[in-house]
Amino acid sequence: MIEIKDLHKSYKMGSNSLHVLKGINFKVEEGELVAIMGSSGSGKSTLLNILGMLDGADSGEYTLDGVPIKNLSETKAAQYRNKFLGFIFQSFNLINYKSAVENVALPLYYQKVPRKERQEKAMQYLERVGLKPWADHLPSELSGGQKQRVAIARAMAAEPKVLLADEPTGALDSKTSYEVMDLIQKINDEGNTILVVTHEEDIAHMCKRIVHLKDGVIVEDKKVEQVRAEQYV
Amino acid sequence: MWLFDKDLWIEIFHTLGKNMFRTFLTMLGVIFAMIILVLLLGSANGMSNGFNKIFAGTASNSLFVWGQSTSEPYKGFERGRRIRYKLEDAEILKKQIPEIEVLAPRIELASHRGTVSVYRNGQTSGSAVYGDYPEIDNITKKKLVEGRFLNQTDIDYSKKVCVIGEETYKLLFEKGEKAMGEEIRINGVYFTVVGIYKPNNNINIDGENAVFIPFSTFQKAFNSGDRMGWMAIAVQESTPVSFVESQIKTILKAKYDIHPDDERAIGSFDMSEIFNNITAFTTVLQGFSFFVGIFTLLAGVIAISNILLITVKERTQEIGVRRALGATPVIVKRQIVLEAIVLTAFAGLVGFAVAVGILSIMNSMWGSGDNFPFVQPMISIPQFVISFILMVGLSVLIGLLPANRAVKIKPIDALREE
Repeated sequence: MIEIKDLHKSYKMGSNSLHVLKGINFKVEEGELVAIMGSSGSGKSTLLNILGMLDGADSGEYTLDGVPIKNLSETKAAQYRNKFLGFIFQSFNLINYKSAVENVALPLYYQKVPRKERQEKAMQYLERVGLKPWADHLPSELSGGQKQRVAIARAMAAEPKVLLADEPTGALDSKTSYEVMDLIQKINDEGNTILVVTHEEDIAHMCKRIVHLKDGVIVEDKKVEQVRAEQYV
Repeated sequence: MWLFDKDLWIEIFHTLGKNMFRTFLTMLGVIFAMIILVLLLGSANGMSNGFNKIFAGTASNSLFVWGQSTSEPYKGFERGRRIRYKLEDAEILKKQIPEIEVLAPRIELASHRGTVSVYRNGQTSGSAVYGDYPEIDNITKKKLVEGRFLNQTDIDYSKKVCVIGEETYKLLFEKGEKAMGEEIRINGVYFTVVGIYKPNNNINIDGENAVFIPFSTFQKAFNSGDRMGWMAIAVQESTPVSFVESQIKTILKAKYDIHPDDERAIGSFDMSEIFNNITAFTTVLQGFSFFVGIFTLLAGVIAISNILLITVKERTQEIGVRRALGATPVIVKRQIVLEAIVLTAFAGLVGFAVAVGILSIMNSMWGSGDNFPFVQPMISIPQFVISFILMVGLSVLIGLLPANRAVKIKPIDALREE
């Protein structure tokens, strides 16, 4: 699904440049649930941004579902993001003046899905994350866990190839974190490919594979025995 | 077409509606600008209409010619010789200058602008007395309160009839007294009143206290022979008055042995000159109003742009999310430009409505133009359309500023900003 070869990325900081990613190679197959771990500054967020086409790499190859991602214009990148990727952010990033269902429907709006169909689909996904009764609530009327579930529904609404979660539990208490991870695991069980960036061990062990990043290189890449989050809920 | 996409408009009104107060404050600048623009233009139009009303009834393409005294000695004549025209001059001029449309000779009792005593039943008025042809009505229209103006029959039969001004009526008659068919006495000759005219704010060359009698009657009653005092001349619409004026002067100078360079011997007054001056004045006034109004509008639209810039800054995260979810730069830009247009257009319409209301109030208070030139102050449809197009055009240009700012925000930076 995802294939990365010899990826380099550096940021210019005044006169000297900061080499963040120093040749990353890895592959993610369809249906995998991968945790990307590392301390802050290890380059994991940069990697995720490049994977999410929010940022470009300096050199190296990136193929997503057989499509080479290179030298994208802003417009093309936006279209690919919409088609291939679903984002889940640490701070949820819901649009605060739109109701839950409108938030979920937003990626479908950019896919030019007709209004009625969009509404129906958004409702379906809200139901899947168990928030159908909250459809017309504004984000400010939802709890943190509920917000993240709306965000997950939104990420899935466009039926992307890959879900990218950037510290999805970073702003949540542990009980809610497990609820969210339970949801993510269930989505993965249905065959969706998911990448989770985290620095929490327990969250990482709820994935099927852990990739350790340190100083811009992968230091460890191992399959793990998945801990089901269900038992903690 | 995307313009008719309901969702696009829902998005826009959603965004604008979520912060009503700020939206309203933003629009205030444009509302006031539009009010100022429309009031200025409307007032300028009202003034233009007012002047037009003053000139109504006066042929603008006309001139008046009378005789004065020579200022140069010529062909043995001394300077200071009084020039007196003969009635035949009218025919000569008409024949030689085809551009003359109407030529109405006139003779007056006493000197130019002088008055004579008019009597009736022991009441007296000092009025100007003119011997006229009915054609004069085509050049300076008389607004009749009662009766009729002089006609050809009056001339043909040298009838002893007269048309008097309202001022003259007031001096000679009691209030409400019937004047039609009554007789008044001028220099011992009795004339029957057949019409009364009213001063009507127009340019009034003849004054309001005047008595008009048929030219032929004048000749017989006051023994003026073939003398002629002055001529009122209407010139064809396409011909400049000055051209005819110089031709007339050349002919008359030759006929009356006046030095070709003598500027004083023949008096003339070009009506079109005043008319053109006033037209130029009102045109400049309208242009100036438009200029001031448009710049005020520009300031208003810039205020909108400013607020939108701030809004974009505030919405950085939202825009980042939208772009992460697949909003292309074009979509983001379009939304912000459309917000600018909707704000401006709506504010413009509100301002327009308010200004039109104020103009109607002004119209009902002073719009009759009785005291000063101000009639029907209102902006014309083309003026409105042009202002509106300009305003919306400006808002598009100015909306691009915040729109480009929004697009410059990289989704990654927007999302990082916490």
